[in-house]
Amino acid sequence: MTAVHLGMPTLPTAPRGVGHLRGTRSFPDEARDSLRNGQLRANLGHATTTIRGKRAGVVAELPDWEQLRQAGAALKRATMARLDDHLEELERQVTARGGTVHWARDANEANEIVVRLAREAGAREVVKVKSMATQEIGLNEALEAAGIDAFETDLAELIVQLGEDKPSHILVPAIHKNRSEVREIFARTMPDVDPDLTDDPRQLAMAARAHLRERFLRATFAVSGANFAVAETGTLSVVESEGNGRMCLTLPDTLVTVMGIEKLVPTWRDLEVFLQLLPRSSTGERMNPYTSTWAGVTPGDGPQDFHLVLLDNGRTAVLADEVGREALNCIRCSACLNVCPVYERAGGHAYGSVYPGPIGAILSPQLTGVEDNASLPYASSLCGACYDVCPVAIDIPSILVHLRAEHVEAQTHPTAESTAFAALARVMSRPRLWRAAQRAAGLGRFLSRGKPVLPRLPGPAAGWTRSRDLPTPPAETFQQWWAKENGGGRS
Amino acid sequence: MSARDDVLSRIRSALGPDRSVPPEAVRDYRLTDDRPLDVLLDVLVDRVEDYRATVARCGQDQVRTTVQRLLTETLGEHDPADVVVAPGLPAPWRPEGSTEDDDRPAVELAARAAAVTGVAVAIAETGTLVLDGSPTSGRRALSLLPDCLVCVVTADQVVGNVPEALARLDPLRPLTMVSGPSATSDIELERVEGVHGPRTLLVVLVAPATD
Repeated sequence: MTAVHLGMPTLPTAPRGVGHLRGTRSFPDEARDSLRNGQLRANLGHATTTIRGKRAGVVAELPDWEQLRQAGAALKRATMARLDDHLEELERQVTARGGTVHWARDANEANEIVVRLAREAGAREVVKVKSMATQEIGLNEALEAAGIDAFETDLAELIVQLGEDKPSHILVPAIHKNRSEVREIFARTMPDVDPDLTDDPRQLAMAARAHLRERFLRATFAVSGANFAVAETGTLSVVESEGNGRMCLTLPDTLVTVMGIEKLVPTWRDLEVFLQLLPRSSTGERMNPYTSTWAGVTPGDGPQDFHLVLLDNGRTAVLADEVGREALNCIRCSACLNVCPVYERAGGHAYGSVYPGPIGAILSPQLTGVEDNASLPYASSLCGACYDVCPVAIDIPSILVHLRAEHVEAQTHPTAESTAFAALARVMSRPRLWRAAQRAAGLGRFLSRGKPVLPRLPGPAAGWTRSRDLPTPPAETFQQWWAKENGGGRS
Repeated sequence: MSARDDVLSRIRSALGPDRSVPPEAVRDYRLTDDRPLDVLLDVLVDRVEDYRATVARCGQDQVRTTVQRLLTETLGEHDPADVVVAPGLPAPWRPEGSTEDDDRPAVELAARAAAVTGVAVAIAETGTLVLDGSPTSGRRALSLLPDCLVCVVTADQVVGNVPEALARLDPLRPLTMVSGPSATSDIELERVEGVHGPRTLLVVLVAPATD
């Protein structure tokens, strides 16, 4: 198809996101390797089964869960429809309460802002609250390159950082590690660790406490993300469990919060919905241990220098797609990862992005542009479990199909699949050709050597059978059977 | 063009000139919990204990002795001055010999054995205590750094659910919502209590006035 120029003024299209959003290999290639890792599958199976049970229990406790879910979805949709106004209001409110607001077009700009602020504050080291936005932009690497040490303080992020690993889950970045692997990492990398450290999770948590305690007490500069920002009041919020977030939000002199522009809600009251939806969906608790909120600077309590970095990095490009923009409603609970049969088997690293799982399969390709992440919309069986558990009712399967269509439309040359289906359509619309094809397919039985599934096919069909079982054709087709039973007469 | 103007203009382009505004959210979820107070108090105790915190209920004139008893059970023999109380904590609640928090550097609180604070609101359904940075709740570092936190909750501060709580709170204050002691689920998604925040949470629930 050739593009027809209609003489419409072209709107400036938003550039795509940069950062940790794409892998070097496709999802099927990565997944094939991770499927061979039995330890990984055992760890993921155990962890996701545990969390699925907990989530189901606390969600069932609320008689109005569906109403909350629909309200959450509606609030997010309404927010996106007036995102520009809400962001300007947020900026006014944060500024009025003593904070400074910065805007970043992409990951590089956001990193430059944080590095500059750290330098201006004379900080040699930075403590960090777990944050998807700063993972996305690769802030730790940018700080290291500037000679500033960045210390992750969330337990799972600490495990990933000490193990020189990559996060594999939105909520629990070290979900792919089991307790004995965590013990091994701590024993190897923590300087003052007790040599008798066991793999009891409580002992491991205590080791993390001891490891980070002094660092918290001497920290002068902290970086956080934000779960929510309230436009009408300038209130920011971090939802966490361990207290590492509170340490970072309370003790240092300077706090920099990096937040995607889609994270805001218009009013304080809107949090009454999301503070019910998020903890029950993510850790399966009635409420997470600690939720902190703050508005600008409070004299005598907490950091006296507060900066908010508003990050685009591809989000406005997502917003431009009327179907795909629902992905921006995500509150990063990770319930969709925990129920996904593909995620549970392939693991988070296979997605190549800091956003793995079903939400990652629709968010990452939109942030980078589908052609840059073309395998992810196919990393799903479209079973719909993700939609059922999503606390803001994002229709992930429909967006996956939408992105697949976008990918197919973008192809300038016919693909093997489109050629095959065009041929199939021709054959199926002509009865004689169809019967001949069925007889020919019967020959496939020779390939099967009596097994119910054909081996991998050679040539152009290889792509199909590489990740799918092709059943051995039956000895006779229905039409042949009918003809035999009815003496060749047509019904 | 500045980054700010650029991002805002991208948003306007993305939404188009005739942006459709979706219908307003319908708030048909539960806005209040109308169960009687004695039921809500029982729910609160059940939920807080479920987080493996300790709850003691007492009458209005027994707060000090209850706080002292819980501290002794937890800390054993201790220097009473090692217990720091929020500056606005009512005098009849304060343990004997405790220290009032002042504007000392926050990190000095890390060496203290325990903190005692009031709260602004408590949410029964989720077992959550909300501290609001007022003199009664204390600054945020006070309820964070000492390893043992005692919160005194009065019956009139208890609401049923999250919407009722947010309606009572001031979003301009630094708020901390506390649901049990510090915990993590980061290893195999199994919850264990006690990481960076206070490893022990003791709650004193004061009965309503009887007349």
